Amino acid sequence: MKKPTVELKLPIIPNMELIATQTAEVIARHMNLTEDQSGEISMALIEACINAFEHSKAENNVYIHFLIEENSLVIKVIDQGIGFDKTKVEIPKIENKIGHDERKRGWGLQLIQELMDSVEFESNNEGTTVTMKKNIK
Amino acid sequence: MSDFITSVKEMNGIILIETNGYLNNVGGEEISAICYEKMGLGQTKFLINMAGTKIVNSIGVSILIEIIEKLQEVNGKIGYYNLAPIVSKTFNIMGLTKYSTVFETEELAVNEL
Repeated sequence: MKKPTVELKLPIIPNMELIATQTAEVIARHMNLTEDQSGEISMALIEACINAFEHSKAENNVYIHFLIEENSLVIKVIDQGIGFDKTKVEIPKIENKIGHDERKRGWGLQLIQELMDSVEFESNNEGTTVTMKKNIK
Repeated sequence: MSDFITSVKEMNGIILIETNGYLNNVGGEEISAICYEKMGLGQTKFLINMAGTKIVNSIGVSILIEIIEKLQEVNGKIGYYNLAPIVSKTFNIMGLTKYSTVFETEELAVNEL
């Protein structure tokens, strides 16, 4: 049997990430995930959406696919922007930000990786796909 | 008062700010505007009641880091209470808890900040 999927197409408009989190909450309830797991998924999704909206310089839509699997929820956030090189993204540390000129932002990837069980990035100059997985425990 | 900032009051020399809804860049800037205005009047202690804020993003939280930095210049302090578990976890991951304090209740926050 085909695995259930939910697909969203979000225009790049401020706060559209909240549509993704509302969808994620419904799916999390369907999958009997805990409140903590649901919150972690929503937070990671917000950050992945913001990256797609702001940093990718994509001009059209961002696509989000929720794949409901037997033992996990897989979420793909897909943009058609300029892509990025993950090896050039520094791990942020608050010690380097407070009292220094370093910009205070730049936490998105770190949060996604901390909050999800696995994260993969596929990126080239035609776009980026972030694949995030939360296991059912 | 905006939709996001629902209350600003003073208690025992501490400015208490109550928020409601999504802490994004707009919400973060509303908090910072109040903090900087009050700092200009000599206030150095701030508490944010986040009972109504169940969801945040890293841009909004980054603005709290800017406030912490400015408060360090005047030996000030900021704390938060009534945090949702994911908000608390986000603050931990971003390291805010190294430079500011999360309290369980308003009473503890006001007494211990």
